[in-house]
Amino acid sequence: MGLKILTEHINIPGIETLEVYRKHGGYKSVEKALKTMSPDEVVEEVKTSGLRGRGGAGFPAGMKWSFLAKPEGVPRYLVCNADESEPGTFKDRWYMEKNPHGLIEGMITSSYALGANTSYIYIRGELMFVLRILEKAIAEAYAAGLLGKNILGSGYDLDLHVAPGGGAYICGEETALLESLEGKRGNPRNKPPFPAVKGLFQSPTVVNNVETISSVPWIVNNGGAEYAKVGIGRSTGTKLISASGNINNPGVYEIELGVPVEEFIYSDEYCGGIWKGRQLKAVVPGGSSVPILPANLILKTAEGENRLMTYESLSDGGFVSGSMMGSGAFIVFDDQQCIVRNTWNYSRFYHHESCGQCSPCREGTGWMEKVLHRIEHGHGHQQDIDLLVSVAKQIEGNTICPLGDAAAWPVAAAIRHFRDEFEWHIKHPKEATAPGAVYRGQLDTVTA
Amino acid sequence: MAKVTIDGIEIEVEDGTTILQAARQIGGKVVPPAMCYYGPLKGSGGKCRVCLVKVTQGSARDTRPMPKLVASCITQVQDGMVVENSTNEDVLNARKSIVEMLLINHPLDCPVCDQAGECSLQDLSYEHGVSATRYEEERRTFNKVDLGPYIQLHMTRCILCYRCVYTADQLTPERVHGVLGRGDAAEIGTYIENMVDNEFSGNVIDVCPVGALTDKTWRFKNRVWFTKPLDAHRDCPTCSGKVTLWTRGEEVLRVTARKDQYNEVEEFICNTCRFDKKETSDWTIEGPRHIDSSSVISANHYELPVLNVPIVPNLPVSTKKNLPQE
Repeated sequence: MGLKILTEHINIPGIETLEVYRKHGGYKSVEKALKTMSPDEVVEEVKTSGLRGRGGAGFPAGMKWSFLAKPEGVPRYLVCNADESEPGTFKDRWYMEKNPHGLIEGMITSSYALGANTSYIYIRGELMFVLRILEKAIAEAYAAGLLGKNILGSGYDLDLHVAPGGGAYICGEETALLESLEGKRGNPRNKPPFPAVKGLFQSPTVVNNVETISSVPWIVNNGGAEYAKVGIGRSTGTKLISASGNINNPGVYEIELGVPVEEFIYSDEYCGGIWKGRQLKAVVPGGSSVPILPANLILKTAEGENRLMTYESLSDGGFVSGSMMGSGAFIVFDDQQCIVRNTWNYSRFYHHESCGQCSPCREGTGWMEKVLHRIEHGHGHQQDIDLLVSVAKQIEGNTICPLGDAAAWPVAAAIRHFRDEFEWHIKHPKEATAPGAVYRGQLDTVTA
Repeated sequence: MAKVTIDGIEIEVEDGTTILQAARQIGGKVVPPAMCYYGPLKGSGGKCRVCLVKVTQGSARDTRPMPKLVASCITQVQDGMVVENSTNEDVLNARKSIVEMLLINHPLDCPVCDQAGECSLQDLSYEHGVSATRYEEERRTFNKVDLGPYIQLHMTRCILCYRCVYTADQLTPERVHGVLGRGDAAEIGTYIENMVDNEFSGNVIDVCPVGALTDKTWRFKNRVWFTKPLDAHRDCPTCSGKVTLWTRGEEVLRVTARKDQYNEVEEFICNTCRFDKKETSDWTIEGPRHIDSSSVISANHYELPVLNVPIVPNLPVSTKKNLPQE
């Protein structure tokens, strides 16, 4: 069993109440930070810890915090991004549901570090029940003097609000989230200016993922150097992985970064192997937007080294033979799954969730979905495969926000690694569209 | 002041100028096209992505290139910045891609569209588009909607530049139309059949780069290249009264604001001037309006061509090839 930073107490009955949470060492970091540390010291600890953003991009959190502009007389905001909508990701929902005080403690400590006196948790609209859990916990914290005016007699004030979104995937993009939080249509903003300079209500803002913020209390309690000892290289600490797909034990796992992917899939401590004794076909290691990897490339890198669950190892080989850590949504496919159908499914999602603001994404996502729909339903042409590659390339990098890239990468990667399967679908439409039809070709087709 | 080099031409501009504005100060081929950016409207730009350029050197202090192509209409210049527009293969390819994307759901009904001849999308696709489409799916269509007595919305042609939304925000007391829906189902609309009715609503027609918002008093009256543009003014209590009249014979077919070569209006005009004053006697005519745009609109205008100058001076190169050589 590895070290558990976030989930140590998560299965204790009643941990969602303040009483039980405090009995297990809860809110210690608030006391420590507010009474003995200056805000800059907290930021330094987070910087030392090497904690990286857990929402998908993996940007160092301490660095992000130090970019925050601090003009006189302008309020600063901390916004927690709980708009977890990436297909395959469910770690934040589970964490907030189980341990709401963990997030609130992180919010207080982080807000103190950033000098924010008002903070928001922007939660996905579908998670109304989690919102109620959080609001109950926040009310408890207010009653105990952990929120509000003069927290624990330190003179620091903080108001914490939970704001529900309307259930749009795009509102997980930080500037779209801020627009939505301001009460506007959730369209991403043009950058620059970045939120650290002009964010919520035109004031400096930091937007962090639930897991990132919830890791801060441990770092404050035990020191950033201690946190940095966990993990490998620049991937420090632990990470929640939402494992789903054709595995024996789907669920959320907290792993120390650096666990080999093979161990993660096959060990009983984690996924417990592929279900029904089938063979591994492919893995999407970081949520629907990252490139899919075939079995041989997910277990070993192109150079033949073992692939580890770290930011660096998963992206080893770039997009030619690697992928990304993303938000840690580990989706496993067995040999009975159809990659074409899966790609179409992802593509349908991005088509539905594109905000429609910039032209490549608005038009391109729909185009890709329609072509993939045609291939999946037996009406594809051979040139469609190259068309998809070209459309994906036309979207990638030309859009305002990363949703365009997120829509283009899975399509491009599926064709890169599973071109034979696409060709088979087009050449044999009758067999491919028959119920239960599965491509029986070689599983580890690598064109890299 | 900041020194910036665009396509090898150096120019010194005020701090805070965007790349696009700097390029416009140079003029000519180095100016990136713009479909959504509109100078007089604050906050516009960044959406259509046709003005993407390559920044090969960020600034004199930080000489690294920018990793992605950037939208020139919203990116401010830095001292020592080096920008490539028409000299960069990636930029031209990206632009071609964007034009393709803009056209896949466009009806291409130019022969029956009132905007034809002065349409930014038409110019753009002549210059950067390809002649054939790779799109074989069904195109997105909408029904035509009347926004009040003067404006018709033909959403099928819209490219969602948001210009009309900014216009209504910044010019009129209350905006009643906006973007509904998202993704490729996004549309301009008033939600519940609402009337766009205020003194400056007609300006949305002028800012529309395509034929999505058209003047109902002008629809199907004539082709724009058969009409004569005249500068005129009247003593208007609500606006400056400085307009362009589009006439055929004695008849005033339509009234628009005066636009520059980038189709940006000099001054917004009121609805009374635009829709109600359709007699030459209402106006003091100043003289012919020179249309300095690459559209066919300038192809047939009545200024006598100077000898030895091609009849179509500003048409893009690709079109010039097809003209008979003298």
